[in-house]
Amino acid sequence: MSVNETAEPTRRDFLYIATGAVGAVGAVSALWPFIDQMNPDAATLALASIDVDVSQVAEGQSITAKWRGKPVFIRQRTDEEVQSAKEVKLDELKDPVARNANLPSDAPATDENRSAPGKEKWLVMVGVCTHLGCIPLGESGDFGGWFCPCHGSEYDTAGRIRQGPAPENMAVPAFEFTSDTTVRIG
Amino acid sequence: MNRLFAALLAAGVVLAPAAFAQQDNVTPAPSPDAATTTPSGEAGPAGGEAADHGAGDAAASGEHGTVHYPLKHPPELSWTFAGPFGHWDIAQLQRGYKVYKEVCSSCHSMDLVAFRNLSALGYEEGQIKAIAAEYTVQDGPNGDGDMFDRPAIGSDHFPHPFPNPEAAAAANNGAAPPDLSLIAKAREVERGFPTFLFDIFTQYNEGGPDYVHALLTGYGQDAPAGITIQPGTHYNPYFISGPALAMPPPLSDGQVTYDDGSPETTDQYARDVGAFLMWAAEPHLVERKATGFVVIIFLLVFAGLVYTVKKRVWAGAH
Amino acid sequence: MSAGHSSYVPSQGPMRWLDARLPLPRLLYDSFVAFPVPRNLNYAYTFGGILALMLAVQIISGVVLAMHYAANASLAFNSVESIMRDVNWGWLLRYMHANGASFFFIAVYLHMFRNFYYGSYKAPREVLYILGVVIFLLMMATAFMGYVLPWGQMSFWGATVITGFFTAFPFIGDPIQQLLLGGFAVDNATLNRFFALHYLLPFMIAGVVILHIWALHVTGQTNPTGVEIKSDRDTVPFTPHATVKDGLAMVVFLLVFAYFIFYMPNFLGHADNYVPANALKTPAHIVPEWYFLPFYAMLRAITFNIGPIDSKLGGVLVMFGSIIVLFFLPWLDTSRVRSTAFRPIYKIFFWIMIVDVIILGWLGSRPAEGIYPTLALIGTIYYFAHWLIILPVVGLIETPRRLPASISEAVLGPDLGVGTGTGKGAPPARAGAAPHNVA
Repeated sequence: MSVNETAEPTRRDFLYIATGAVGAVGAVSALWPFIDQMNPDAATLALASIDVDVSQVAEGQSITAKWRGKPVFIRQRTDEEVQSAKEVKLDELKDPVARNANLPSDAPATDENRSAPGKEKWLVMVGVCTHLGCIPLGESGDFGGWFCPCHGSEYDTAGRIRQGPAPENMAVPAFEFTSDTTVRIG
Repeated sequence: MNRLFAALLAAGVVLAPAAFAQQDNVTPAPSPDAATTTPSGEAGPAGGEAADHGAGDAAASGEHGTVHYPLKHPPELSWTFAGPFGHWDIAQLQRGYKVYKEVCSSCHSMDLVAFRNLSALGYEEGQIKAIAAEYTVQDGPNGDGDMFDRPAIGSDHFPHPFPNPEAAAAANNGAAPPDLSLIAKAREVERGFPTFLFDIFTQYNEGGPDYVHALLTGYGQDAPAGITIQPGTHYNPYFISGPALAMPPPLSDGQVTYDDGSPETTDQYARDVGAFLMWAAEPHLVERKATGFVVIIFLLVFAGLVYTVKKRVWAGAH
Repeated sequence: MSAGHSSYVPSQGPMRWLDARLPLPRLLYDSFVAFPVPRNLNYAYTFGGILALMLAVQIISGVVLAMHYAANASLAFNSVESIMRDVNWGWLLRYMHANGASFFFIAVYLHMFRNFYYGSYKAPREVLYILGVVIFLLMMATAFMGYVLPWGQMSFWGATVITGFFTAFPFIGDPIQQLLLGGFAVDNATLNRFFALHYLLPFMIAGVVILHIWALHVTGQTNPTGVEIKSDRDTVPFTPHATVKDGLAMVVFLLVFAYFIFYMPNFLGHADNYVPANALKTPAHIVPEWYFLPFYAMLRAITFNIGPIDSKLGGVLVMFGSIIVLFFLPWLDTSRVRSTAFRPIYKIFFWIMIVDVIILGWLGSRPAEGIYPTLALIGTIYYFAHWLIILPVVGLIETPRRLPASISEAVLGPDLGVGTGTGKGAPPARAGAAPHNVA
């Protein structure tokens, strides 16, 4: 026995290592279903798109729709709001990127890139503060846009972060106006 | 062919422990393979007389006071999804869906299936949208608090033919048509001893679709003497809980038009809708069997390695 | 845990540091590395390890399923179906859990049969054995409540029938049943509490399992000869010998388990449980899960009144009694030898008992009509006679075969076993394996 061991230690060790390795591969593979089950299921993923009727939203008003469990602000801005948003220079912005899912990821955060294409009065964005996820209050704060009561982040009339701890502009989801009065989000 | 392979695979799996029988067994200990077959055999959901019951048998057992249904066992058909390499016949599923849609769905709901699931039947997203849009579903309340109708979308489930179970029963002589989502797993005729033990090795899992096909094609026979058929019911020797059922014969030759040249016969309709209902009841069936094959191969290899290690470790202990 | 002495020498600094403060590595080393196991164990002794594995599989898959399951009478059935259809890998997790229960019972029954055959319950292992019966009872309760959760027809009517057992007891029966159900019939309240208890009980099982293993390490394992360990030559260290042997048995067991999960996932279940629960319609033929069938047959075997005890109470008492009697085996067995292998008469009766239990299981799956209840009654009487009459009497009248002097004699033959077994010197096998353990 002991003679055998000294004579061919490598073959025996190889067998043990191979068995251990195969067992480890099996254990890790078996683990994957237990982790992947926590990802969104097929029914959740299927609810990715909603249609919102905006015919009742007059100038200066907004509505909140629920999309993927989050609020989406849809606002028809006043001319003054659009004007003040346009006057802001890009280098004054804390986050110079549009954060618009309909545009390339490096598009600058101009008002044009933040609002609906061809409908500059309309603003559609996920109403979640990019700091830690609270919902900002509309038409408040020093910049006339949104103010997050949790930690004091302030957004302007185009939903861009201007002051406070939030790092990014509020996100614009993929959306389109399928008619003059209907917005499809997602 | 599939069946044969399944039997070999099963025999291999179950007999594997026997190959590892230990020499130092001083006594006839219960071996692990006896372990796994015998008790699970007891487990069989089935039981009852194995033989194909003729209607005459039923009349005879009626003398004992209890008749066992169904009067006839469903014939075993060949399904593409049977066996370890089972797969869906997509064209068949589409035909089966067409039969369901044009015939069954006028009375039977299918709660658990959503239009989005039809992608598994080979439909593109646009086609699914178009199919869904043929239906109207109630949604709401809207901003005014009113419910409103809108065309269905992919995430909607198949709509109900009736507003509630009571309405379904009232429209069908008091017998509400059962939901069909799971029917291919919810109906199983007892296989009996010892057939149910062989089923482990032949991987017979198709009792549900076999039953659906047998029931749909089992109408039109004359009830044997001694069996009274209640008015409003229809004799069918394959029906699982009585000699006759409330559903009138739903299918007839030529009723549904097939675009792919398949025969437009009751038998073919019943086969196609049986396959479709199996898919509806177990949408991950093919994925399950494919995963299983990889797992079994892996475990066989791993068992071989562990066996070699065990031999080495114990080499000096005897 | 073992005999109070420890050979553990921590090799690395951090291990020494921990060992001086919490000797957990020492406990694990003594229990699962250095622990001496009889060298003649056969594969019937591997089911303890398999059961530990199955408990882990059931707890892990169960916790994961609970993330998606809704314990509410109006949601439960559909939530299980959404697991089967929409949740990533949900079909695998649910089939693993459902078939896992069956395979847990397959393993536990084989473990019990091994215990009966080799007389493992005899002194000094009574407490070890009784803890095992307690685990078995907890498993039955857990399995029953788990079967209710999918809220199909069999779930609902199984719960109705089993809680109905308690109504057999006079005066206190009905209040107890209402207490269990939280209502006058099985309903949402019942489902909710069964879910809570189904989640709790496995952790209680795990607790009793730790006691069971503790007791095992105090007394040591039995072996096919039933002769106690007499010298180091009789044993091999747990690691690597028992570890790799248990490991092989586990992989083979998993192979059969996987075959059922992937190819026959509904074979051990019942089709009626794919029909949502309906409180107004009982299925034509209700049967419990296969692992309860022998007990179910005994319940139904009592169709007559016995004095003041009516048939309903009689059936319930007989069914509970069939498990209660197991608690008394250590004192019912009068045999001087432990292992049935050396008991020519009892060996025959042992196999008759196994066949009796299997027949009872088959009868439990039959409708209660014709000759079946009579056969079940005969089987039930024999079951009790086996434990209460045959076991004590055969032990007294039987002349056992000659036992080997020691385990090593049984394995290596009388010359080697006695001739070289000095008791102190480590056998070559250990000398060869030992350096490997430490590394």
